[in-house]
Amino acid sequence: MSNRARYACGSMDHALSRRRFLGASGLLGASGILGGVASLPSKVAGAIPKNDYRVVVFNMHGGLSQLESWDPKPSTNTGGPFRAIATSVPGIHISELLPKTAKQMHHLCLLRGVNTAEDDHGKGAYMMLTGRRQTPAAEYPQVGSVAAKMLHDDQTGLPGHIIITPGGGGGRGNEAAYLGPKFNSIHLGGDKPPQNSNKPDAIAQEAEERRHLLRRKINEQYLSQRRSAITDAYTHSYEQALKLMERREVFDVSKEPQAAQDKYGNSELGRQCLVARRLLENGVSFVQITHSNYDTHNDNFNFHIEQVGEFDLAYATFIEDLAERGMLEKTLVVVLSEFGRTPNINLYYGRDHWSKAWSVAMAGAKIVPGAAFGQTNKEGTEVVDGQVDHGDIFHTILRGVGVDSSQSLIVDGRELPIADPAAEPIWKVLV
Amino acid sequence: MIELDVTKSHVLHQWKADSPLIACRFSPTGDHCVSTSQDNRLQRWNIADGQKVVLEGHESWVHALTFNKTGDQLISGGCEGRLIWWSILEAQPKAIRSVEAHAGWIRGVEISPDGGMLVSVGNDQVIRLWKTDTGEKLHEWPAHERHIYSAAFHPDGQHLLTGDLLGKICVWKLSDRTLVRTLDAATLYSPNKGQNAEFGGVRSLAISPNGNEVYAAGTHKGSNPFGAVHEPLLLRFNWADGALTKSHVCDGIPGGLLYRAAALNDATLTAVSGGSSGGILLFFNATQEKEFHRAGLPSLARDMDIHPAKGLVATAHFDQHLRISALFA
Repeated sequence: MSNRARYACGSMDHALSRRRFLGASGLLGASGILGGVASLPSKVAGAIPKNDYRVVVFNMHGGLSQLESWDPKPSTNTGGPFRAIATSVPGIHISELLPKTAKQMHHLCLLRGVNTAEDDHGKGAYMMLTGRRQTPAAEYPQVGSVAAKMLHDDQTGLPGHIIITPGGGGGRGNEAAYLGPKFNSIHLGGDKPPQNSNKPDAIAQEAEERRHLLRRKINEQYLSQRRSAITDAYTHSYEQALKLMERREVFDVSKEPQAAQDKYGNSELGRQCLVARRLLENGVSFVQITHSNYDTHNDNFNFHIEQVGEFDLAYATFIEDLAERGMLEKTLVVVLSEFGRTPNINLYYGRDHWSKAWSVAMAGAKIVPGAAFGQTNKEGTEVVDGQVDHGDIFHTILRGVGVDSSQSLIVDGRELPIADPAAEPIWKVLV
Repeated sequence: MIELDVTKSHVLHQWKADSPLIACRFSPTGDHCVSTSQDNRLQRWNIADGQKVVLEGHESWVHALTFNKTGDQLISGGCEGRLIWWSILEAQPKAIRSVEAHAGWIRGVEISPDGGMLVSVGNDQVIRLWKTDTGEKLHEWPAHERHIYSAAFHPDGQHLLTGDLLGKICVWKLSDRTLVRTLDAATLYSPNKGQNAEFGGVRSLAISPNGNEVYAAGTHKGSNPFGAVHEPLLLRFNWADGALTKSHVCDGIPGGLLYRAAALNDATLTAVSGGSSGGILLFFNATQEKEFHRAGLPSLARDMDIHPAKGLVATAHFDQHLRISALFA
C-alpha cells in the first residue's frame, strides 16, 4: 500500500510533486531557471540580519474543515454534529474536537476571514506556501526556503529547511526557486532520522575521513576551473550531509525523557512534533509538519474525529511545551491548509473544497496572542469582516519573525520582492 | 394479515422535513415513525396522514433511536452524548428524562427483548445498560478498542452483540457481562494508509427473529474512502458457532454503503444502501449470495426501519424526505 497521500478528488498534485522531486534529485539543475527568473547567486538588497526566530508550519494536507476546527457554527444548517467549546480566552469558542487546544487559546491567534478563491489542491497549496498565485511566468520560493535564507545560521550544522511528511524518504525538495538549491528542504520520513544518515559500520572512521579528503581535493581542482552555482550546491549538500550525520541524534526522539514522549502521545504526529521541537532547539529555522489527510468529501465527521483528535493532542502539547520552555516567544507556529471545506454538507456526510471563507491559526513570536481576527457569517459561507488572503498571510509570517516583508532580493540584477507587493501584513495581529 | 411481496415494493408516502434526515424508526404499533435531521431536531410523523410534530432537545445530530415496548416512550441518543426519553404519544411530546450518558457520539440504542433494559453505545467505547422505565444506569464496561457503531440484543434475552469500527463483533453474556466470543467482520473495515484513514465499521447489526443468524452491514472495498469509493457488503453469521456463512455482495452499486439491515422475517433480510449510487432497498435470502430483489428510492437514503406486521419500510433521506414504502402489491 502506498504511503503517499491520495486525494479523494483524483487530483494530480502528487504526480506533480513526484516530478518536482525527480527534478530536484537530478539536482538542482532545473532550479533557479524557472520562468525566466535567473539562478544563483542571489543577494539581498542590504545585509540579511540573521535572528533567532523560527517558523513551524503545520500543513493540514487535503483541506482541514474550518467548521470542525477554528470556526464552528453549531446548530446551524452548516454546523454539522459537533459543538463549540469555550477556550482559555473568554469569548473565543472552537470546535469540541480541539479540547486540549482550547486550553492553549491564550497563545493562539485565529484568522477566521481567509478567502483565497482557489479550490484546487495544488494551486491552493502553492498559494499558501509561496504567498502568490501560480503563474507560468515565474516560480516563487516557499515560505520554508525564505525562512531558511533569512533566518538560518549555517553554523548549527543542520539544514535550515526541514519538511516532515508521511512517506518522506530523506530526499530533498524543490521549493527554493530563485533562492537556489541550498534552501530546498530536507524531507524527513515520518518521525525517523534522514535516510542513510548513519555511517555504515563496514567503513572505518579513518577510511571515511580519507574518502572525504579525496573528494574535497578533487572538488577543489574542479572548482578552480568550473565553479558555478550548481557545483556550489553540490558541495554544500555534501558538507551539510556530513554535518547532519554528526548531529543525527537531534532527530532521535528516544533521547527525550519518557514523560515527554508520553505527553506528546503515541502517534506519528506526536513524535514528529517532538522531533520538530528538538530541531528548533538545535537551530533549525523552519520545520513543516504535514498532517494527512483532510480531503473528506465523504464521511467528513467520522474522519475529522480521528484526524483532529490526533492533531489536538500533539499540537496542543507542542504549543504548551514551547511556551513552557520560553521558545514560543521566538517561534511562530502556523496551522494552514490549501483551503477549507464547504459549509454545505453533501449527500455522503462530506464536505468539499471551500476557499471563500476559512481559517488559519497562528501562535508565538510577534503574533498577538489570545485573539481571533476576522469573521464569517452565521453559516460560515462568506467572510464578513477582516478578510485576508494568502499574500497577506505570507507577509504576516515573515513579519511575525522579524523579517521585513517589503524588502527585495537582487537576483542577477533583478529586484525580486520576497513577498507579493500587492499584499500586506495583517498589522492587527502583529505586536 | 398482509401478504408480503417485496418485489412489489413501492413508495406510499413522502413527507418533507426542514433539513436533511439522518435516522428513522417506527413505533411498535406502526402508527408513527420518528425521524431525526441535521438541524438537531426530531420529527414524529403520523403514518395515517403525515402530520408532523417537531421535537427539540438535542444539541447535536441524533443517530440512535428506539421505542420502549409499549410504544409510549421514545429514547434518542445524540452526538453530544445525551440520552433523552420522550413521551412520544402526547400531542406535543416532552422530554421526560435527559441523561448525559456518553463522552461523544451515541451511535446505537436498543431495547432488550423483554423491554426492561436499554443499551447505549458510542464513541467512548463503553457499553452502558440502563433500566428502561427509570433511566437508572445498571452497568457499564469498557468494551471495544475503537468506536462502537452498533448494538443488538439477541432474542434469547441472554446476550448482547456490539460491533465496532474495526469490524469486531463482540457477543456478551448479559448476566455477568463476560465476553462469550467474537465474530470476525473485519471485511467491513477499510483502512487506507495513503489517506491515513480508518473507514467502514459494523454500521448495523441485526439478528433473525428465530435467533439463528446474525447480520452485519456496512461497506467494503474502500479504495478511496475520502472520495466515497466503496461498495455495500452484508455479512451473514451462524449464531450457534459464529461462523461466517455468506458474504452478500451487491454488484453495480459503486459508492454504496449499507446504513442499516433488519430482518423482515426468518427468511428475508432487508437493507438500505446510501452513497453515490443513491438510495436502494435490497432484499436478501440465505440461499443467494446477491440480493434477490432491489428497489431504487427517489433520493439517497441514510437509514431505514421496517414494520413487518404492516409491511412497511421507512427510509430517511438526504433530500429531507421521510419515505414510507409498502412491501406488498
